[in-house]
Amino acid sequence: MADVKKMATREGYGRGLVALGAEHGDVVVLDADLAGSTKTGMFAKAYPGRHFNCGIAEADMMCVAAGLAASGLTPFASSFAMFASGRAYEQIRNSIGYPHLNVKIGASHGGMSVGEDGASHQCCEDFALMRSIPGMVVICPADAVEAEAATKAVYEYQGPVYLRMGRLAVPVFHEEGFIFRIGKGEILREGTDIAIIANGLMVYEAMKAGEQLEAMGIHARIVNMSTIKPLDEELVLKCAQECGRIITCEEHSVIGGLGEAVCSYLSETYPTPVRRIGVDDQFGFSGPAAEVLKAFGLSAEHIVEVTKDFLK
Amino acid sequence: MTSQEKKQLQITACKVRMGIIESTHAAKCGHPGGSLSAADLFTYLYFKELRIDPKNPRWDDRDRFVLSKGHTAPGLYSALALRGFFPVEDLLTLRKVGSYLQGHPNMNSVPGVDMSTGSLGQGISCACGMALAARLKKQDVRVYALLGDGEIQEGQVWEACMFASHYKLDNLCIFIDNNGLQIDGDIAKVMSPYPIDEKLAAFGFHVETIDGHDFDAIEAAVNTAKTVKGRPSAIVMKTIKGKGVSFMENQAGWHGVAPNDEQYAQAMAELKQTLGELEGM
Repeated sequence: MADVKKMATREGYGRGLVALGAEHGDVVVLDADLAGSTKTGMFAKAYPGRHFNCGIAEADMMCVAAGLAASGLTPFASSFAMFASGRAYEQIRNSIGYPHLNVKIGASHGGMSVGEDGASHQCCEDFALMRSIPGMVVICPADAVEAEAATKAVYEYQGPVYLRMGRLAVPVFHEEGFIFRIGKGEILREGTDIAIIANGLMVYEAMKAGEQLEAMGIHARIVNMSTIKPLDEELVLKCAQECGRIITCEEHSVIGGLGEAVCSYLSETYPTPVRRIGVDDQFGFSGPAAEVLKAFGLSAEHIVEVTKDFLK
Repeated sequence: MTSQEKKQLQITACKVRMGIIESTHAAKCGHPGGSLSAADLFTYLYFKELRIDPKNPRWDDRDRFVLSKGHTAPGLYSALALRGFFPVEDLLTLRKVGSYLQGHPNMNSVPGVDMSTGSLGQGISCACGMALAARLKKQDVRVYALLGDGEIQEGQVWEACMFASHYKLDNLCIFIDNNGLQIDGDIAKVMSPYPIDEKLAAFGFHVETIDGHDFDAIEAAVNTAKTVKGRPSAIVMKTIKGKGVSFMENQAGWHGVAPNDEQYAQAMAELKQTLGELEGM
């Protein structure tokens, strides 16, 4: 695959917020001392009167967001995925989820690709935590263009959303102007030998794997499933019916994420062999992102190996 | 307030207390102790202070009240029902399957409830968000929140206090129901939050300590809070848990237990007597 421009999905989030700020006076952005990292700082620079730093107090931030939403504003609350979904889980569950308030949680630095910061910051449990909250929408865009489009799309949606972004600059393959549709997966490569359903930075890895497999005569269908909840069940079923085997790929624990969502759906509707690529119930460790990802099998090479083995 | 107004509030507070006893007795569970200690505040806010409209509970320019100590929902429900937000007889459905009167307040099911609460420490942060929203929307709205004295053991309360002070939320006024008791006993023995007033002052609040059963004192403190600019206000109310029912007063055991039939009869007899005395005055 030719070299492509790289940009972190959090950068797309920041751009999306700035665009929303220009059009919608009800957009308010909260951060917990990470505005430079989560990229809400871009919004702060453009609209200082609507950006509020809550300090290192994620629990308070989530409930402040709930109060803003209860008064008719549209808050985006940001922190690292670990602290947004983990530290403030119960605040999100009780003060945002239960009253179904219109709060958008923009969580950056999700997954293993945080790299050098190590296990304390490598959140691979957020999909599981957020999926389990009734009414919560969970999205993990694959590139910066999709992240920007998703940020705009979640504003149009009424209700709580968890939007997970990454720290690492990753290849941008969506065209500028891409329109994001919540709950709709995207077929990026056609094929019927197997379906590889991925989200986040694993989508590009799956695309690379698709090219390599093609060279070996294996026609893999590559799907970007950026919305984990609600799952695009129609597309998952179509993949199962037309391809017969499915591999899921995510920068998340194999427990509770995309893989489990796909398996849960298929086991009750159309039992299909599935293999899940993700973090195998382990904590991460420090190191450059690329090396850490490789160590956990979050790579095109590993997807190719698993596919070959699966099709034996 | 005039002595006539004050007497009327005392009569209403007695009816709010009767609603608490009737609803928790009917539910065979619930939290009468802290509901009774805050009954005078609920009465003051809903019958004297808050700019609200029972016919239009979601009126955007209304004042807000967040019951951060959400377990004392029976007290809030009783005041809301008497104020006309929903039928008083519905109080008897409290905590029952199919009732909109959930064990802890649900803003989407109960007319007049401004925030869903129940998990301690969260309501005050939500109130901060509402106060901030009012400022951003340029609304003349005041936001009140009631916290338990045990509740302030939650770390999030102090995060919220920092936030309120940092953003100079002078349209926010919090009350601490200092009845001195939590589930496991004396708050000073379980995990002392004292000195509450000095802590709040150190966090940047204008603080007053009052008798939470004295309507004149509540009114004076609330009115003073409205004149404080550039910082939030806190009113620490010295109260009696179980206030108004002799055998419940100052008993931690009445935190989360409903009266049985015999206790119900006695409590209602006492409250009816109080009511009769007030109405006869």
